[in-house]
Amino acid sequence: MSWDEAIDTIAAEVKRIGEQYGPESRYVNYASGQSWGLHGGKNAARKLLALTGGYLNYRNDYSSGAGNVATPYTYGTNNSGSSFDSLLHSKYIILWGQNPSEMIFSTPYREYLMQAKKNGAKIIVIDPRYTDTAIAFADEWIPILPTTDNAMMDAMGYVIVTENLHDQAFLDQYCIGFDGNHLPKGVLKEESIKSYLLGEKDGVVKTPEWAEKICRVPAEKIREIAREYAKAKPAALIQGWAAQRQAYGEQFMRGGAQLACLTGNVGKLGGWAAGTGYWSRSDIVYPFSYDNPIKASIPCFLWTKAVEQGTEMTVEDGLQGTDKLSTNIKCIFNMAGNMLINQHSDINKTIKLLEDESKVEFIVVSDLFMTPSAKFADILLPGTTFFERYDIGVPWCFGDYVVFGDKTIDPLYECRDEYDVFAELAGKLGVKEKFTEGKTTLDLVRESVERTKKELDPNFPTFEEFRKMGVYHFKFDAPLVGFKEQIDDLQNHPFETPSGKIELFSKALWDMNRHDEIPAIAKYIPSWEGPEDPLNEKFPLQLISWHYKRRCHSTYDNQPWLEEVAKQEIWINPKDAEKRGISDGDRVQVMNDRGSLNIFVKVTPRIIPGVVGIPQGAWYTPDKAGLDQRGSINVLTSQRPTPLAKANPQLTNLVEVKKA
Amino acid sequence: MVQLGFYINQSLCTGCKACSVSCKDKNNLHVGINFRRVYSFEEGNFIQQPSSGIVQNVKAFYFSIACNHCAQPKCTQSCPVGAISKDKDNGVVTIDQEVCQGTQLCVKACPYGAPQYNKKVFKSDKCDFCIDLQEKGEEPVCVSTCPMRAIEYGPIRELRKKYGNVSQIKGMPSDSLTHPNIVITPHRDAKMIQ
Repeated sequence: MSWDEAIDTIAAEVKRIGEQYGPESRYVNYASGQSWGLHGGKNAARKLLALTGGYLNYRNDYSSGAGNVATPYTYGTNNSGSSFDSLLHSKYIILWGQNPSEMIFSTPYREYLMQAKKNGAKIIVIDPRYTDTAIAFADEWIPILPTTDNAMMDAMGYVIVTENLHDQAFLDQYCIGFDGNHLPKGVLKEESIKSYLLGEKDGVVKTPEWAEKICRVPAEKIREIAREYAKAKPAALIQGWAAQRQAYGEQFMRGGAQLACLTGNVGKLGGWAAGTGYWSRSDIVYPFSYDNPIKASIPCFLWTKAVEQGTEMTVEDGLQGTDKLSTNIKCIFNMAGNMLINQHSDINKTIKLLEDESKVEFIVVSDLFMTPSAKFADILLPGTTFFERYDIGVPWCFGDYVVFGDKTIDPLYECRDEYDVFAELAGKLGVKEKFTEGKTTLDLVRESVERTKKELDPNFPTFEEFRKMGVYHFKFDAPLVGFKEQIDDLQNHPFETPSGKIELFSKALWDMNRHDEIPAIAKYIPSWEGPEDPLNEKFPLQLISWHYKRRCHSTYDNQPWLEEVAKQEIWINPKDAEKRGISDGDRVQVMNDRGSLNIFVKVTPRIIPGVVGIPQGAWYTPDKAGLDQRGSINVLTSQRPTPLAKANPQLTNLVEVKKA
Repeated sequence: MVQLGFYINQSLCTGCKACSVSCKDKNNLHVGINFRRVYSFEEGNFIQQPSSGIVQNVKAFYFSIACNHCAQPKCTQSCPVGAISKDKDNGVVTIDQEVCQGTQLCVKACPYGAPQYNKKVFKSDKCDFCIDLQEKGEEPVCVSTCPMRAIEYGPIRELRKKYGNVSQIKGMPSDSLTHPNIVITPHRDAKMIQ
């Protein structure tokens, strides 16, 4: 197909579908990587649609989806983190489900962790896997069953409170909900955290012995960690996001924040407020802008629901900006992303959905490789690499620097940058001037640099300087300490919550009146497909995933050198392997009611018994019978969202493993 | 002679294998051929207590190693055609690709697995300490790539003065075989039991 034909077809379909079903039928799917930057594929597609009637918006992300919605109920914001150099002042660091050695979590982080260790900080890693982070940094590894983190958190809270190790003055001054004297009006005293921990209402005292039976961390160990964390001041409890990609991920994020508040580690240098833990103090101007006339938005994880039952979605499903959608999704742009098939939950279900031509009528994909998602395109556009276009690279997602993306070669063969493609499409649809505003991508970079210098940072280099430097580091005199302003002067700097305080008890959550799944305080909720689900008689192993060091999500899965570095394989404990007659290096079949895949097995003591792990991001590679032969975990994951955020629960799975 | 050697701060190694990949990139090596290798070690058991908690004694570490440019290399002696030589000035051991006949005797002789046989060209080759880069005043690629800055290089005498004399960790061949020019700060679980 020629570019002319492709452009004509896309223009005609975008127009037809917009007119036939309305602009809410058009959707630009979630993507990261190349879709970030000043003008990446996602932005180009959105601007074109915005200029021709609009598109259905999405909110949130697949990384920290549950946390992004939950943490603001506690702190009023997701920026609950501190810059990582603050860890040089920490005496005790708990990395709870966090693995910066493998998934990096900002480039300088490991360096600061190393220095913190040198400074004498004790580092505890709580994780079902003995991660590469545990190998290099941990003084101690605490293995725990997935989805049971809040049981351990509750028991830690119990120990801290009953042994009088909590910071009562901090809780009194800054927090809502710790005890009966600090609850919102109209809420009974038994609803406080203290009352919950002591079991005053439900009769269940949240002792370490109670938690041990659920999470498998020995009671004495829970006591020891609770005491050490409460006594070492300042102490940093840093939460990874894996444990919030679970059925009740919201509880994990609010639970960590609750412990940070119980011990008064918020707003203090070397402490850490926990929660989602974003922080940001450096930014650039994004000059490529657009205004979508459609205000309706869905949680990004529910796009398959919006394809199937969009018009039936309600506020309960996280629909915002409208009471009702006028149409299901009919047209999808999937730009430089693999969320269409590979990275979204329940691949088999999604395939059925996308194969049904009566549902989504037109799919456009742009990519460098024939990914599993690209195979579902009606029109597949050959995109460009970073070397073939101008842009500014911003680090994911912490780190005080930006990178000048200089174009080193023209696009090879017939490949074209999305900006260029969508500008031509805009021409076909009569909005070219509005799309480009007369600017090239190099103009956009230049404008961003000039405006950043003028509007945000006078020290920012000029365009020519930046181009020569390649990388610009924002400089700061002192570490950023999350919530320092609020803790130093609450009167003038209230938290951005309804009460102006830290809401360990959230009246807003309470008023939702779904206390079993959306409690007002963080608490352990037994998870579907967790260790207490009766389904574990049929599928007795909990399956988790992790970000593999040899990939960035699904990018580089097709790289043979990196397959040699870190093979795609499932981890299983020797005890579980022995029961099933499985030896290291075997091919095994992993299955549940959603699907089945074949994968090589690594038998290793680096994972807790009862749990298996598949590194996420392997490309879905079905054989003729449709059985994945690569180990693409989303064959096994569920589309059931978390209750509050409607986020992805992709680490909540029960499976069985047998020799293939 | 100023003998060159590597220093590996193994206690910092996260097993990312960037050293191994950058080496492949620099030397244009196929899958299966690794002048620098990162080995992993893991052991331990789990016991479920009557109260249902799980206790464990898991130990694990990674270890990056290339060629140790040994004081008494086994490879040089093993080569029937004299393709392997030890430089008189810096002690770097190299395999002359013009001379190598692919007998693989060096592959068998080296206790560290440094020489790697290339089936496509019927020859063996190994780490040459990026001597071409060193001559230009640059670092070997494994050194400049390591994100933990856990690999250093230099005159072995200076490295030993700075970091001590450990040249053998758990799972490694005895250092009395070839007298490797490597200094290691072992991972807590990798120390030899004296």
